[in-house]
Amino acid sequence: MYVGAVFFPLLGACISGFFGRWIGDKAAQWASVICMALAAICGVSAFIQVAYGHAPATLEIATWLDVGGLQLSWALRYDTLAAVMVGMVTVASTMIHLYSVGYMSHDPTQPRFFAYLSLFTFMMLMLVTADNLLQLFFGWEGIGLASYLLIGYWYEKESANRAAMKAFIVNRVGDLFFMLGMGLTFWTFGSIEFNTIFQGVEAARQVTFAGFPVVEVIALLFFLGAMGKSAQIGLHTWLPDAMEGPTPVSALIHAATLVTAGVFLMARMSPVVEYAPNVLGFITFIGATTAFFAASVGMVQNDIKRVIAYSTCSQLGYMFFAIGVGAYQAAVFHLFTHAFFKALLFLSAGSVIHAMSDEQDIRKMGGIWKKIPVTYAMFWIGSLALAGVPYFAGYYSKDFVLEAAYAGHGWTAKYAFLMGIVAAFMTAFYSWRLIILTFHGTPRADHHTMEHVHESPAVMLIPLFGLAVGALFAGAYFSGDFVGHHWAEFWNGSIVNAPHNHIMHEAHEVPSWVPLAPTVVGVAGIVLAYVLYMFLPHLPGRIAAAVPGLYRFLLNKWYFDELYDRAIVQPLRRLAVQLWKVGDVKIIDGMPNGAASLTAQASGRVVRFQTGRVANYAFAMIIGLVLFVSIFLFGVGR
Amino acid sequence: MNAAGFPLLSLLTFLPLVGAGIILFVRGEEAVVASNARWTALWTSLITFGLSLILWFQFDKSTADFQFVEQMSWMPEFGLGYHMGVDGISVLFVLLSTALTPLCILSSWEAIQSRVREYMIAFLVLETMMVGMFSSLDVVMFYIFFEGVLIPMFLIIGVWGGARRVYAAYKLFLYTLLGSLLMLLAMLVLWYQAGTTSIPAIFELTIAPSTQMWLFLAFFASFAVKVPMWPVHTWLPDAHVEAPTAGSVILAGVLLKMGAYGFLRFSLPLLPQATEWFAPLIFALSVVAVVYTSLVALAQEDMKKLIAYSSVAHMGIVTIGIFTLNHQGISGAIFQMLSHGVVSGALFLCVGVLYDRVHSREIARYGGVAKIMPSYAMVFMLFTMGSVALPGTAGFPGEFLVIVGAWHANPWVAFGAALGMILGAGYMLYLYRRVVFSKITREDLKALLDLSPREYVTFAPLILLTLWMGIYPSSFLSFFEASVAALVSRHEAAMALPRLAGM
Repeated sequence: MYVGAVFFPLLGACISGFFGRWIGDKAAQWASVICMALAAICGVSAFIQVAYGHAPATLEIATWLDVGGLQLSWALRYDTLAAVMVGMVTVASTMIHLYSVGYMSHDPTQPRFFAYLSLFTFMMLMLVTADNLLQLFFGWEGIGLASYLLIGYWYEKESANRAAMKAFIVNRVGDLFFMLGMGLTFWTFGSIEFNTIFQGVEAARQVTFAGFPVVEVIALLFFLGAMGKSAQIGLHTWLPDAMEGPTPVSALIHAATLVTAGVFLMARMSPVVEYAPNVLGFITFIGATTAFFAASVGMVQNDIKRVIAYSTCSQLGYMFFAIGVGAYQAAVFHLFTHAFFKALLFLSAGSVIHAMSDEQDIRKMGGIWKKIPVTYAMFWIGSLALAGVPYFAGYYSKDFVLEAAYAGHGWTAKYAFLMGIVAAFMTAFYSWRLIILTFHGTPRADHHTMEHVHESPAVMLIPLFGLAVGALFAGAYFSGDFVGHHWAEFWNGSIVNAPHNHIMHEAHEVPSWVPLAPTVVGVAGIVLAYVLYMFLPHLPGRIAAAVPGLYRFLLNKWYFDELYDRAIVQPLRRLAVQLWKVGDVKIIDGMPNGAASLTAQASGRVVRFQTGRVANYAFAMIIGLVLFVSIFLFGVGR
Repeated sequence: MNAAGFPLLSLLTFLPLVGAGIILFVRGEEAVVASNARWTALWTSLITFGLSLILWFQFDKSTADFQFVEQMSWMPEFGLGYHMGVDGISVLFVLLSTALTPLCILSSWEAIQSRVREYMIAFLVLETMMVGMFSSLDVVMFYIFFEGVLIPMFLIIGVWGGARRVYAAYKLFLYTLLGSLLMLLAMLVLWYQAGTTSIPAIFELTIAPSTQMWLFLAFFASFAVKVPMWPVHTWLPDAHVEAPTAGSVILAGVLLKMGAYGFLRFSLPLLPQATEWFAPLIFALSVVAVVYTSLVALAQEDMKKLIAYSSVAHMGIVTIGIFTLNHQGISGAIFQMLSHGVVSGALFLCVGVLYDRVHSREIARYGGVAKIMPSYAMVFMLFTMGSVALPGTAGFPGEFLVIVGAWHANPWVAFGAALGMILGAGYMLYLYRRVVFSKITREDLKALLDLSPREYVTFAPLILLTLWMGIYPSSFLSFFEASVAALVSRHEAAMALPRLAGM
């Protein structure tokens, strides 16, 4: 069962990837869907057994490395944290596989798509069940590869290729720090297996590295690694571009699973991170800033998927500042609920795009809600959950995250709370802006497209229902265990809070206005969106025209891409050409080639001495002989 | 006598020469001669490979001693002799050489149409030189084989190469020869001091630190060119670009390893103080190599040149690993050498597949190949990932171990080495994108055929190795575990001596 949850997706990937050409599209699809379903059954029962049966387990598979004290195994570690992730990933992935059967039905290379999707799921499962940092890194890079392949799935589109490369390379920037973090961890703890690391934390707190406590440096390096994968501000630029991939990919990778890997890493390393207070403050700051930044950009984007992508980025910010204030449980809880409602939103968006004949620009939509009522309802459920409206899944997790931020210590926590509230308002606003522009108002698409608007087939709707159930009830059902009064028992030591950290307790004892605040601002955001886009549709344009600088600033995503392009990409390219044409060709090759041509010239001159006349030679020889003899005699005479 | 019960290493070394001799005596029509030469070369190299598998199975991994030793004295009054043997460091390189040669011969099956007989002879002689170099335990023999490798390589590039082949061949020859002459001097010094040319005997020497410095520089001149290290690397891109595909495979797969192997065999054990003294210099040159050549690779417009520059960057990682002087770093360096041999060899074969069909190495000439050659695209992707050191492929364990080891030596060096990860992903994916992805715009590309059965056979072992080395690297690491441990403790002991004396 434990093994099955992880390896069934690999089996599915192999079947559809290697044999897809022989067994046909249909068989390849269903083989991978069935493998995923089996994995989901295994995953859910593993979740029940580990989390509720309190039976964590570790399965050793084989030795991986054994070099001078650096010993590592391939192993599957099932504790509550891993089991939560396994359950969530397998279920969400199954839904998305099923949805893809419908969504990709017109694609010419379906087995390839399903192979990538299953491969991705396998890598993600390897990541969450890792027993050591290196295996985690294996999954970490594996999901990077799979997402590269999936973003660039339509490889004939130049923009998709660019986006895929960007995703891989930006992630690699984070990975560099992850690698260095592993190096320092090994030399500090003598191992990179989780158990050994966690046991060694007490001793390591005394150690310093270059004047800083080593624990802080390790935590910082891993956080910088996590920033890449989880698209935190500065390393977020790949995520919106990644929307070039097919929509199910966006749902699975860029909402439910891949981007949460960084959050997972921080939660997994909680025993170490807990003792790095300065880094925790930094995490809080970055998370809060990301939440605010992404939400502000989300308010003005016009691509349906990009809006949701920025929303994802913003929600990841919430998760990170929850980690920063020490409430890892809250972060994982938000990760868990977020997976359902964000996957739901993406798949609904996919259903809209499907209906609109592959149109993604919301300025060319509108007036379609009666034609696709089920999708419309699903979009509402997802948005309600995202906005944190009471009793939907997002309400429980987001509220608790904000309560924890309020209860947290230091100015960063206050800052996070403030940013979180502002972002919550903006979240509600852009969600309803999206709904209204997409579904309501007068149709702005051309006649031909409007005629073709149709509800998606059942194979796409069923997964939507499944995820909607999660978006409706996952929060209410699990909040007691994840962050409620049973949390200690539920997590069973898989997430560690230091003895001085009482955040989980304090978060429950905040003033009574704090839990209400997100709901109030959320509803206010919804109302504002209604006023602006439903009732006064001319106003938004005028507001944008009134503050053109701000509008362009937001529309161009705070100019991050332009900044990187000018400050890093272009100079590097120029430098590369210079190094080659000047450094290698002119300088390094110039010297030996110059020496060679000097020699050639010299020999050319020497040639002139060779006149071919015997008398000249004889004369030269005689002079030489005389010189030689006289030197010899002179030497002897002394 | 040794574990195999017969002179295995000599057999491995000279069997290809026998094959070459047979080819030499084939007579008849040109087509018949060509076909016979191909088959004879293939069978000779396959038999050699089969025999070399004995090393894989019978090598005793628990000891750092030389094994399969053969020793005969030749001129005892001068201390010269015939001495062969392998330890954990060299054994896998012998296997790498014997494994790559048949693949090279297979890959030249149709690509080489002129002077097939001479070509095959050159390759078999090359194999002799490579295997001999890795298994000789006598400095004079080592030198002969080390230099001897150049002759067939020079011919392969100069005769069967591209347009500027003569320039490239001379550049290769002159660069490597100049360095080697200094090495010869160093070897003569060692010979005078030890009174013998046998490497295990020379290991017993204790050399004065001041002498060590000069010897180190002399060896360095030779090995640094061979590795190649920045700034003596420019012969490599030219040689690669002009060489025929199989020549590039051997050049990247085995020849580049000779320099690093030399460092491990001579510099580290013989010259501990000098090694320690020069390590910062090597780190600096290596980090420059990693960053500089990665950037240069980014700007290339020729597929082979790009991969050639990537080789320089990868070898930079290797030299960093060797001079970390700790267990992880050296093991990582050796592993990286092996994996680079497999992966970059395979990448050159990938380029060769396209070159055979279109006869162009220019990147801009391609685009959208994935559509018509899906299997090729997959194979190329796997090796691209191997080259960017994705975990689970051969490239990763070596790079990881080197970075871990380098962190211990100096965190900034580790950072420099890790920068290669980002840049490596940059240039490889950029190459892949321009060649394999995007729309097909040229008509003639639409008619390309996917991999032929012969090409599948060529790639299959490399695919297998790439995955095997990535997923279960232990089966390779265990070979040199004991030898590296011995090397490290030997170095530490040597460094402890003067310190004790100083106290």
